[in-house]
Amino acid sequence: MAAQEVQPNETLASLKTESETLKTKLEEERAKLHDVELHQVAEKVEALGQFVMKTRRTLKGHGNKVLCMDWCKDKRRIVSSSQDGKVIVWDAFTTNKEHAVTMPCTWVMACAYAPSGCAVACGGLDNKCSVYPLSLDKNENLAAKKKSVAMHTNYLSACSFTNSDMQILTSSGDGTCALWDVESGQLLQSFHGHAADVLCLDLAPSETGNTFVSGGCDKKANVWDMRSGQCVQSFETHESDINSVRYYPSGDAFASGSDDATCRLYDLRADREVAIYSKESIIFGASSVDFSLSGRLLFGGYNDYTINVWDVLKGTRVSILFGHENRVSTLRVSPDGTAFCSGSWDHTLRIWA
Amino acid sequence: MSNNSANSNNLVIAQKAVKQLRLEASVRRIKVSQAAADLKTFCLQNAHKDPLLMGVPSSDNPFRPPKSCSLF
Repeated sequence: MAAQEVQPNETLASLKTESETLKTKLEEERAKLHDVELHQVAEKVEALGQFVMKTRRTLKGHGNKVLCMDWCKDKRRIVSSSQDGKVIVWDAFTTNKEHAVTMPCTWVMACAYAPSGCAVACGGLDNKCSVYPLSLDKNENLAAKKKSVAMHTNYLSACSFTNSDMQILTSSGDGTCALWDVESGQLLQSFHGHAADVLCLDLAPSETGNTFVSGGCDKKANVWDMRSGQCVQSFETHESDINSVRYYPSGDAFASGSDDATCRLYDLRADREVAIYSKESIIFGASSVDFSLSGRLLFGGYNDYTINVWDVLKGTRVSILFGHENRVSTLRVSPDGTAFCSGSWDHTLRIWA
Repeated sequence: MSNNSANSNNLVIAQKAVKQLRLEASVRRIKVSQAAADLKTFCLQNAHKDPLLMGVPSSDNPFRPPKSCSLF
């Protein structure tokens, strides 16, 4: 159903009134369908047992805060980026460093592995997203082959290849997200709607179609149609910046982590928040979230140096993992779900299983 | 900036906001009970394939066995 066109003779006052009316109506419509809580539906589900998850590998080598990491589809390689401008590709099984690049800027806040495993993308305070093809020759200077793809007017906060090496989606402190063609550097689509810095994004699992979700300093999580550039759904229940968003494996929901010390689950078909993961004792922001393969577990990395593991259905915390000696800044589950990796301001990355 | 152009700017912004809200209001929604049931079903159906949930024997998890398998 297409939205009606706005009539040219509507005045500012009438538009503002309509705006308020529509917002109220939106809340009413959402509330009408709020007949039960997720944890009530999950009451009869068997409770989870004790979890034994430990650090199995520690990746040391960054000279400063680790800000971002991503897994390669081969389930063993990892790319990570740091405040000192270094981007490192690791073999997580052996902990060996396979490649290292020094970016011309500090605070490399975003990095991503290409689906082919043959390139990595990264960026940060340089306001750009650059792609580095990975060479098999360890001695080759990767920086020489660098390709600048995205240009924003403020810092790059997140980047992700779409389902091929050919396109990259970026989010920025300039309040926008954008889709770029890697080969030509051309802007394919831009996404406007956030009222402040966009801090994170996640692409819907490929079966679900061409959408992605973004979270920002305006406390909103927006779902976008990649083809039209339209924001199709918007959620504003967090009380502070949204640092991380991640789709539920079925694509029907997504989780968010925020500076308000909570993680939340939003269902896209019910068009509302359906769960909050919080505890009075957790007062520091959640910087990064990801689901286990079945979606039953939600891992959250927090600014109090811990990782909390939540039962997504029941809303309870099932485990708390200690080990990092400073904020956890990034966290991703491996592609086959056998482990997850966390990166921290303590300069290290840890693989947990 | 003249009063007129500031006014028309605000008008454009307000028009965009209303258009966006109309779009969001027209989204088809399902009941939370239905959505929650589907989330639960997905979790339960895929639980057995979830290594972090089930725990896998050390031999199957590449991260669990010790780094070096040398015998000397």
